[in-house]
Amino acid sequence: MRWNQIKYAGWGNVLTADTQVARPERHSALEELITDCDHILPIGSQRSYGDAAIATEGKGLKTERMDRLLDFDPDTGTLEVEAGIKLGEILRLFAPRGWKPAVVPGTGMTTVGGAIANDVHGKNHHIDGSFGQHVESLVLLTADGNARRISRKKEAGLFKATIGGVGQTGLITSAILKLHPCPSTTMSVSENRIANLSDFVDAFEASTAPYQVGWIDTLAKGGDLGRGILEEAEFSAQPAATIMNQKTKSIPMTPPGFAVSGPIVKIFNALYLRRVPVDGRTVDRPINEFFFPLDKISDWNRLYGKKGFYQFQCVLPMERAKDGLSDLLEIVSDGGIASPLAVLKKMGEGRAGYLSFPMEGYTLAIDLPNRAQTPAILSDLAEVTERHQGRIYLAKDGAISSDAIARMYPEIGKFREQVNKVDPGHKFISAMAKRLNLRGQS
Amino acid sequence: MNRTWIIVGATSSMARAFARKVAEDGCHVLLAGRDLADMKRTKKDCELRGAPSAYAVMFDARKPGTFDEICVKAAVQDGEINVAVFVGSMPEQSAIDTDPTLIDGTIQDSFTGPAQLLHRLAPLMEERGCGTVIGVGSVAGDRGRLSNYVYGSAKAGFHTYLAGLRNRLGRSGVHVVTVKPGFVDTAMTWGIEGMFLVAAPESVADDLLKAVKKKRNTIYTPWFWRYIMLIICHVPEFIFKKLKI
Ligand SMILES: Cc1cc2nc3c(=O)[nH]c(=O)nc-3n(C[C@H](O)[C@H](O)[C@H](O)COP(=O)(O)OP(=O)(O)OC[C@H]3O[C@@H](n4cnc5c(N)ncnc54)[C@H](O)[C@@H]3O)c2cc1C
Repeated sequence: MRWNQIKYAGWGNVLTADTQVARPERHSALEELITDCDHILPIGSQRSYGDAAIATEGKGLKTERMDRLLDFDPDTGTLEVEAGIKLGEILRLFAPRGWKPAVVPGTGMTTVGGAIANDVHGKNHHIDGSFGQHVESLVLLTADGNARRISRKKEAGLFKATIGGVGQTGLITSAILKLHPCPSTTMSVSENRIANLSDFVDAFEASTAPYQVGWIDTLAKGGDLGRGILEEAEFSAQPAATIMNQKTKSIPMTPPGFAVSGPIVKIFNALYLRRVPVDGRTVDRPINEFFFPLDKISDWNRLYGKKGFYQFQCVLPMERAKDGLSDLLEIVSDGGIASPLAVLKKMGEGRAGYLSFPMEGYTLAIDLPNRAQTPAILSDLAEVTERHQGRIYLAKDGAISSDAIARMYPEIGKFREQVNKVDPGHKFISAMAKRLNLRGQS
Repeated sequence: MNRTWIIVGATSSMARAFARKVAEDGCHVLLAGRDLADMKRTKKDCELRGAPSAYAVMFDARKPGTFDEICVKAAVQDGEINVAVFVGSMPEQSAIDTDPTLIDGTIQDSFTGPAQLLHRLAPLMEERGCGTVIGVGSVAGDRGRLSNYVYGSAKAGFHTYLAGLRNRLGRSGVHVVTVKPGFVDTAMTWGIEGMFLVAAPESVADDLLKAVKKKRNTIYTPWFWRYIMLIICHVPEFIFKKLKI
């Protein structure tokens, strides 16, 4: 197996690595790859924004060519796959047959391995929980070169450390997923304008839709703070199998940073909000476009220019939601750097790993172009998050401190115990694990 | 009608991408290659993507005995039989310089092995009177050059064989497509310096299917390699022999 010296970045294009990366195509090559090197990190589609998938401490192993379907039971919707397969591909293949991944994040490029390692959530988190909750078992190739199948029944501690474990326990080679029924390949989507933050939270609380997501105009201030659009969706009654067009466009070159400068963002946000009529509307959308609206442009992250951007995402507990969200949005609207739309979602309790992100409450995600004042804004946001007993999402983070993370993730001790037991030599290590001292220095 | 694709060299990423597409299109798939354990995974993948049946069988270009099973399995499939050959091996030219006996294996893998297999399958295809053979050659076969002329000459031989086979099978309604890929993003090219304009295996697979549909004789993939090779082939030999490409 050949190693390729490559430079790559997290999705935000701020944190980078320049290291040797292997891209195995066959299962039989894996064991040797793992045992032959001192430090290594599994890499999925690099859709994590910060340094979760950045291998500065050793080599990298790209899983994208290990992406086969291994088994499927059409009676129960139980699907076994290699971990490099993308969730969008599973949706494309199975939605016409009446099944879908139980949970999908906002991009179909996410691999099954990456979805497990960040225990990702989707627009149905308030009902269906996190991705890891629908993983029946997985095969983990650990530092000693041995593969083991683990689940809630077998090595439950290691299983919980692996889900949300950002690649630190070993390489997930395959997983068995419980798919959910998918009665239609079309979603019926209701969109309504929301006047301000308080109305937004009330609207979420009143909604009974299985899929919900809110878009917030971060430029709004004062009484308009938190205005935006609430999208509520359910499967359309139309059973017709729409052909899912996966055609994507790409950005030919890295445009100058002004593509996301203040005035342009302002126009964009205003247009986006006004697209929905004052008294709302209900439209039908192909299922893949509903779940992965940004995938139409394959590399939209390059719109932020060479300096890249950060994404801040936190979750706040229910009782602090209104106050906390308003504090966060104020920091952003006063911060003087234009952020395009922010995403607001309601979360349920569902989580499957020690380092899983979700808690019952509200989660807010904001893109911040990388400018001189960005670090200060990020640190203010983190402080407010902590003050409101919230938590920051590792899949997005590239900036927070290790102390804060330890306080935000109360089960980090259990995670450390498992990970240090299975990999005492710290073979699996990322820039993030090092920066945040995820393993706890022994 | 029942359609079957025999995919030879099925562990390569190009072959895998191709197998998936024909499986999704509802074809039976017969995977032939050396790593049986790996092919069993691809076989399952093909079935779950829509192949009505899929098999994995051993194929070693250097062991003609392994061709028997492929021929037997092909004969019992009803309907249209198609073959796509993706095999070939390219040892470092420097390795060949130290051990010239490596030439034999390179030629067996890239030319004589697949040619023998195709020769054995030809009568069956003639009898069915339909179907397509895809032979994957290489732009390296268009002109001999310093860095890979043994591999290149084997592929050149294969190209000529395919042209002859096209001439023969065309009479019975069987079409032969010669494919000359440029650089494809496979395990073979991963980490090799000097790669440029590398194509994804999926887009190569799309090109192959298009060529089958349109009954093209020879295609370059991606298409612009036709022009790169046109230029390379037109450099006068007295200059070319001094170049290091
Ligand atoms: C446009 C966009 C929208 C998004 N929307 C959401 C959303 O709605 N909800 C949400 O939760 N997230 C969301 N995300 C984040 C994304 O889903 C996660 O970052 C996810 O982990 C990315 O998966 P990946 O395959 O790209 O993995 P990478 O980003 O490459 O890796 C992520 C982590 O997983 C580990 N890993 C990857 N594969 C394996 C493996 N086989 N074995 C062990 N460890 C492995 C890596 O080491 C790394 O720590 C979004 C991202 C983008 C770009």
